[in-house]
Amino acid sequence: MTRTLVVVGHGMVGHRLVEALREKDVTGQWRVVVFAEETRPAYDRVALSSYVDSWDAESLSLAPHEDDAVVLHLDDKVVHIDRDNKVVRTTKGRAQPYDALVLATGSVPFVPPVPGRDLPGCHVYRTIEDLDGIRATVESARAAGRHAGMVLGGGLLGLEAANALRGMGISPHVVELGPRLMPLQVDEGGGGLLKRLVEKLDLTVHTGTSASSIEQDGERLIAKLSNGVELDLDVVVFSAGIRPRDELARSFGLTVGERGGIVVDQACRTSDEHIYAIGECANIGGMVYGLVAPGYSMAEVVADRLLGGSAEFPGADMSTKLKLLGVDVASFGDAHAKEEGALEVVVNDAVAGTYAKVVVSDDAKTLLGGILVGDASKYTILRSLVGRPVPGDPVALIGPEGGVELSMPHDAQVCSCHAVTKQQIVDVVNSGDAVDVPGIKACTKAGTGCGSCVPMLKKLLSECGVEQSRALCEHFDHSRADLFEIVRSTGITTFSDLITRHGRGLGCDLCKPAVASILASLDNGHVLEGEQATLQDTNDRFLANMQRNGTYSVVPRIPGGEITPEKLIVIGEVARDFGLYTKITGGQRIDLFGATVDQLPEIWKRLVDAGFESGHAYGKALRTVKSCVGTTWCRYGVQDSVSLAIALELRYRGLRSPHKLKSAVSGCARECAEARGKDFGIIATENGWNLYVGGNGGFTPRHADLIASDVDTETLIKLIDRFLMFYIRTADRLQRTSTWIESLEGGLDHLRDVIVNDSLGICADLEAAMEKHVDNYADEWRGVLEDPEKLARFTSFVNAPGTPDPTISFREERGQKVPVLLGVPSVVQAEVSR
Amino acid sequence: MTPVCELSALRPDQGVAALLPDGSQVAVFLTSAGTVHALGNIDPFSGAAVLARGIVGDRGGVPVVVSPVYKQAFELSTGKCLDDPSTGVPVHPVVVTDGVIQVGSP
Ligand SMILES: Cc1cc2nc3c(=O)[nH]c(=O)nc-3n(C[C@H](O)[C@H](O)[C@H](O)COP(=O)(O)OP(=O)(O)OC[C@H]3O[C@@H](n4cnc5c(N)ncnc54)[C@H](O)[C@@H]3O)c2cc1C
Ligand code: SF4
Ligand code: FES
Repeated sequence: MTRTLVVVGHGMVGHRLVEALREKDVTGQWRVVVFAEETRPAYDRVALSSYVDSWDAESLSLAPHEDDAVVLHLDDKVVHIDRDNKVVRTTKGRAQPYDALVLATGSVPFVPPVPGRDLPGCHVYRTIEDLDGIRATVESARAAGRHAGMVLGGGLLGLEAANALRGMGISPHVVELGPRLMPLQVDEGGGGLLKRLVEKLDLTVHTGTSASSIEQDGERLIAKLSNGVELDLDVVVFSAGIRPRDELARSFGLTVGERGGIVVDQACRTSDEHIYAIGECANIGGMVYGLVAPGYSMAEVVADRLLGGSAEFPGADMSTKLKLLGVDVASFGDAHAKEEGALEVVVNDAVAGTYAKVVVSDDAKTLLGGILVGDASKYTILRSLVGRPVPGDPVALIGPEGGVELSMPHDAQVCSCHAVTKQQIVDVVNSGDAVDVPGIKACTKAGTGCGSCVPMLKKLLSECGVEQSRALCEHFDHSRADLFEIVRSTGITTFSDLITRHGRGLGCDLCKPAVASILASLDNGHVLEGEQATLQDTNDRFLANMQRNGTYSVVPRIPGGEITPEKLIVIGEVARDFGLYTKITGGQRIDLFGATVDQLPEIWKRLVDAGFESGHAYGKALRTVKSCVGTTWCRYGVQDSVSLAIALELRYRGLRSPHKLKSAVSGCARECAEARGKDFGIIATENGWNLYVGGNGGFTPRHADLIASDVDTETLIKLIDRFLMFYIRTADRLQRTSTWIESLEGGLDHLRDVIVNDSLGICADLEAAMEKHVDNYADEWRGVLEDPEKLARFTSFVNAPGTPDPTISFREERGQKVPVLLGVPSVVQAEVSR
Repeated sequence: MTPVCELSALRPDQGVAALLPDGSQVAVFLTSAGTVHALGNIDPFSGAAVLARGIVGDRGGVPVVVSPVYKQAFELSTGKCLDDPSTGVPVHPVVVTDGVIQVGSP
């Protein structure tokens, strides 16, 4: 007979229980009824902070239970348990009988009893709604030009919250009662370094103190700290720890722990044999775990028990690794050397900004734990060696490179979120079931939790001999980035020279344009000069965009979208005289369609004479820098967005890149120019500019991420110079900035390190390269008009120049001419070059 | 045979279009190996007369021109489309006499 399982709470752990049970319960012994207090199904709370990047709640969702045996009641809280009759009751008045009941109610943020803690502007940090609330407060503060915030609590979550505030353009104070940041995870040495590193990023850290009161002062909040400091704030986020939600258990007579948490045994059973508790609300072995992995283990245990198994909670690994504010922090095993006689070995490199400690047994033979700050690249491997013999001298484990070559034991856990071992991963790779990281994720779930094991997954793939080919095409084994370096360092200036020395064959439509772009990025003269002309893709070949009937469209540059009436009239006259179809583009300029090859030079002669230049709409190059009218006209503007947009467009015009580049500048946070949809977008603040990178429209639209806030114009331009040059040098062919940033090891944080903190020491070089581009810029169309040899290429027929192509004809629509469709079915391949 | 232009007017790997007396169009290519090819200029996938503007290169060692519209490759010596062998473009006979390229009908 089918029995009924009732689950209270649809958080990450409740969700996992349902998934695990449904997977294992092949004979359909259980039907499942879930009650969720939140209004949406379970989502990835671990990744909650990433919500501020997109404000898209969908991106956090977990797999829905698409299953008739599962019923999920949202927004319906369980308020009563009738243990004698085995029935629960809900706020919506439902009465649901159960055969087994699982409490997966999680926890609530602990808000210390500070006077004023309920004032508007004070928030906690746990749910999507909490973040929406914080965002609303921040936006109204920013609209008034203010951006001061405080996070109470300097633990892991507090720093995450501070980072999220920073992402919203706030400069937060972090107030921690303990003597250092992240007191649970790191020791004094690590905490000191952590403080230094995060303070470089515009955070102010106050340790050893707490808020004694919060008061309203007009629109603002005044927080008084116990050390006498007063802070003037717009937003306060409490992140002072969590408390298990054991209220149901308390009210209905289940045993709870002295310091909270529903007491369960190793089978996760409470003091009532029909009731289980799992996740953050459970107190197991005297511990309440605030991490998701132990919760998942408990869910697996209960799923097994419900089906008659005898699984027990295996204990939990409290290791953590995270990258906060661009700083790696990891702790694992017995990080604080609590074990009797444990020895600590510390390598503290103040210059490099790294701190590493390993804890070993009294005979220095067994690894017990450790702490890494600044560089946690060895985390996964060291964690896997906990409890195992130390290979050689403990210092070598954390010493500078060249130490011992560590290899991970086969039974070691690579992914602690999903308890996946190295062996399991190696198996799916060797059997061919997985050939890349997404494959491993699909087969084993490894890497789908916190994501910190993904670098290890990549490493295992290459250890198994799976090379992710980055070869450009059949003619070159190199990636675009490698070829860029080859061209840059050897000074090769022609494709034929490059392919003879580093490739094979004649080349193709993949490598030729890619190399053409590299040569152009390195300022090798006009793109149609000599052999270069034969490398150019469809549009670059005639410096115009080819349309479906073989005619071209023409887009003159209109920097920042600002144009005089005289120039508008010229465009109108040219369009009229050549019979061109005109349309306003999304990039604040005007596109003229329907020009034949031989008309192009005549059209451009008129445009160049009137002071226009190429808009590079045809190239993988900077397209436009859109702008709103900013302070000049707008009542809300805080900076002159138009002048900046024009300056940027003139600076980067003609810059060839792996893919097209778009930009925009908004004059205030209202963002009328849609800057966050651009490869680099700038939004004015009261004090300067915020720079966002990696946005785009297109197939998969993406908002750009904040990389620097409140910088002055000079700094801004330096940062953009570095960003663009770094992208041009290292991205793959046709890789937009968003996917490029994702592909960087360390992602946005790494990018910030490189271009803001100059971690690779290449910023001066990147800036010099951009300076060279700016100095060498010349209008491509003027270059054609001034060179008879290039001009001669713009003919319809070699043997009948000036004779129009007889296959082209037009009809009229809404008073303009449009192409007559050519009588063929259109066959569109994957790669269309527009 | 119709004379279309001097051989010296062609640059390696850079096609030109020519108009034949019957109104048809050819795309004429000089490869870097020094051979001259003439193919129908109309790309069968888009109907646009643009093959002469495509990139010349090789696929697995076979010399090809790639249509600038939707990027299918056509073999220079046979006109066969490598991405869809059921289609192709006509091949015109070519001779070079006294430095002048002459093109015939397919
Ligand atoms: C910002 C943030 C970052 C984090 N980062 C990490 C990390 O990097 N690594 C890590 O391991 N962990 C992290 N955590 C902790 C992790 O999210 C939790 O351990 C995990 O979500 C716990 O899952 P749970 O299902 O036990 O609780 P929850 O996810 O809190 O779910 C409990 C659900 O039960 C509902 N509920 C409660 N009472 C009732 C009732 N009576 N009736 C119906 N429904 C009820 C609640 O509304 C809630 O939706 C983070 C947490 C936060 C907030
Ligand atoms: S973004 Fe520009 S146009 Fe929009 S309100 Fe702000 S200053 Fe005005
Ligand atoms: S360790 Fe968290 S996803 Fe693998």
